[in-house]
Amino acid sequence: MDLNLTPEEQRFRDELRAWLAANVPQPFAGGTNEEEKGEYFNFLRAWQRKVFDAGWAGISWPKEYGGRGAALIEQAILTEEWARAEAPPLINALGLSLIGPTIIAVGTPEQKSRFLPKILSCEEIWCQGFSEPNSGSDVASLATKATIDGDHFVVNGQKIWTSLAHVADWVLLLVRTDPNVPKHKGITALLVDMHSPGVTVRPLKQMNGDASFNEVFFDNVRVPMANVLGEINKGWSTAITTLMNERAHLGTGTYVAFKRNYDQLIAHTRQMKRNGRPVSKDPVIRQKLAQAFMELEIFRLTNTRALSKMQNQHVPGPENSILKIQWSEYNQRFQQIAMETLGPVAQLQGFDGGKWVYDFLRTRANTIEAGTSEIQRNIVAERVLGLPKSY
Amino acid sequence: MDFDLSKAQKLLQQSARDFFARECKPERVRELMASETAFDDKLWRDMADQGFTGLTIPEEYGGLGLSLVDLIAVTEEMGRSCLPGPFISTLWAAILIERAGNEGQRKQYLEPIAAGDLKATVALLEESGEWNPAAVMLAAIKDGKEYRLRGTKHYVSDAAIADVIIVVARENTDLVLLPVERGAAGIKITETPAIDATRKLYTVEFDNVAIPESNALALTTKTKEAVEAATDVATVALCAEMLGGMVWTLDTTVEYAKTRQQFGKPIGIYQAVQHQCADMFNFTESARSAIYYAAWAVAENDPSAKLAVSVAKSFCSDAAREVGNRGVQVHGGIGFTWEHNIQLYYKRAKSSEILFGDANYHREKIAEKVVDELEG
Ligand SMILES: Cc1cc2nc3c(=O)[nH]c(=O)nc-3n(C[C@H](O)[C@H](O)[C@H](O)COP(=O)(O)OP(=O)(O)OC[C@H]3O[C@@H](n4cnc5c(N)ncnc54)[C@H](O)[C@@H]3O)c2cc1C
Repeated sequence: MDLNLTPEEQRFRDELRAWLAANVPQPFAGGTNEEEKGEYFNFLRAWQRKVFDAGWAGISWPKEYGGRGAALIEQAILTEEWARAEAPPLINALGLSLIGPTIIAVGTPEQKSRFLPKILSCEEIWCQGFSEPNSGSDVASLATKATIDGDHFVVNGQKIWTSLAHVADWVLLLVRTDPNVPKHKGITALLVDMHSPGVTVRPLKQMNGDASFNEVFFDNVRVPMANVLGEINKGWSTAITTLMNERAHLGTGTYVAFKRNYDQLIAHTRQMKRNGRPVSKDPVIRQKLAQAFMELEIFRLTNTRALSKMQNQHVPGPENSILKIQWSEYNQRFQQIAMETLGPVAQLQGFDGGKWVYDFLRTRANTIEAGTSEIQRNIVAERVLGLPKSY
Repeated sequence: MDFDLSKAQKLLQQSARDFFARECKPERVRELMASETAFDDKLWRDMADQGFTGLTIPEEYGGLGLSLVDLIAVTEEMGRSCLPGPFISTLWAAILIERAGNEGQRKQYLEPIAAGDLKATVALLEESGEWNPAAVMLAAIKDGKEYRLRGTKHYVSDAAIADVIIVVARENTDLVLLPVERGAAGIKITETPAIDATRKLYTVEFDNVAIPESNALALTTKTKEAVEAATDVATVALCAEMLGGMVWTLDTTVEYAKTRQQFGKPIGIYQAVQHQCADMFNFTESARSAIYYAAWAVAENDPSAKLAVSVAKSFCSDAAREVGNRGVQVHGGIGFTWEHNIQLYYKRAKSSEILFGDANYHREKIAEKVVDELEG
């Protein structure tokens, strides 16, 4: 074990640090009404473009597609530096952490050069169309169907909970292409242009007032055969690649956001008083803040350890499967502690632009999205610990 | 950067695993638990032959001069076998001597420790049970060329088997470190039976015990800092031992869940059981991340070292107990019996939770660094 940076890694970090110091924008004042959220979105889009132009987006992706061909461990260094510099996160999260890596793994050379650079530059925003009203945890039971018509698939059906569909240019869509075989064997993955005729997006309002996920309807949508990702009827293995990436990589971006929230909360506890002393001096609150710090630190370390192992052994280690549980449950506990720490003012929409209310509610989704905590625990039990399959 | 044990460290770990699996079977642990001091001289000497007693002791004093990361690879295996006896106590004292002693004292103590000829411990805690060295009140009164020790130390692990006890005492406003022979005149050692009989605890009374001034550890750094630094190293080693206990508990529980049948099926098919096991795995691997990092940070003198130690110990303290809780639960009635070995590990987890400060203590230390320091 050697956690010292190699001279190369050191150079990478120094270069990145210098770039961040010169380029990180002022924190976005922002708020939570629709217009402000739109502005924030544009701000983040511009930020990602800038990051891409400087060569820091998708650094572990192959050079020919706009990445740097960097080692995975550099991804971990990047995450830490990003958090340290309080730099904004990258908005095309699904493209960067799920869909891009899947295209890299199973895409054709044409698909790679067509799609990957535009994911990195944020020119094209992506969404993931897996879930359906009757297929949630049991994704493989999906019913949206696609039939062959010449050199096109024709897609009919409905997806739900599709994050970012309202702003997305492309969707990685799972469809049923053979209804007459066992459910896992008749699925195909398609890269579908969200601007195609027959695609309708209907926003769904969430409990935090946001509408960042949607229903998406497909009515005779024509998709060129060239847009099959992987092989026809072998889409389940493509989907598994995506889901593995979702678990493995989403953590990297979330750490940056979590660390910013943590630091913000600490700053508040120094300003606010309760019982005649700063909240930060309250012994019970201190315990909870320390616990949150410790959990966040362990998430960072487990994430780094997982990346290091993947780099050495080229297969995801078992650490990967606990990262999703860790970040989702950490964030729920943290937001609860934040509300408690801030006291009654935290519930007000007028405090920090309603940020804490919004985030507190948003975290309820963390243990549902990207696979529920129950499903994650099933996966750990069966695939890592080898317990018998429960379903 | 490589966040995994190296090949050499994995080999060292494997040989330790084989050694303890052979030499420290559960039956042996039980025998030792039931004995007066939980100490087995032959086992200790065999450990010395393997180099375990001198792993991190510098080569010039007969040790292997390895790093803390190598050490934790081995202490994890000690934990997996629930090794009884004074390993952590002796390690703690040895590091303190290495940090605070002069050349002569290092030679005097470290050589026989590495060779397996000397066991040691540190007497720090007093009635309050506070781990902070600043809380030490036991008086060391200067009397000519001697110190006179008067007072009582509590919770001293392995005192009855330690050949030498390093006493942290107060001389007016300063702390001094006084090595006291177990048989010194005026010393009284009484066992205080506690939850974990594999690492026995004692009350040590000092009735005017005389120690030549020249025996006091000659400090190169301040006493309080030396005690804290030695305790940090010992804490990380203990955390790795706790990790080994968690790994054993997890493996044993998963094995049981695969074989125990109820309602005509192995209980591991039920999600309520699966999820307990998944959580145990999460606790175990999280602990590993924190411990590996802390070991590296302490070994490298990284600025984050103290924080990393408190992150690791606060996490492990709660996690080791929690893994035990769930392990017992999945075992059902058999898990609550004296007969089942899970109790050995459960009790060890509980005593380790307290040793070197529990989660609350270390969370406060974290808060001092991440909540207060920003306040400047
Ligand atoms: C904010 C948000 C964003 C999302 N974004 C996307 C997206 O962009 N693209 C997309 O495709 N999907 C998205 N999803 C959908 C998400 O993946 C699903 O909600 C999730 O997989 C659960 O499916 P479900 O909602 O149908 O719940 P169900 O599967 O009906 O589950 C209901 C409850 O039953 C439990 N359960 C179900 N099956 C089992 C089992 N076998 N064992 C134990 N417990 C079980 C679940 O854990 C849960 O508690 C998003 C969801 C949210 C909340």
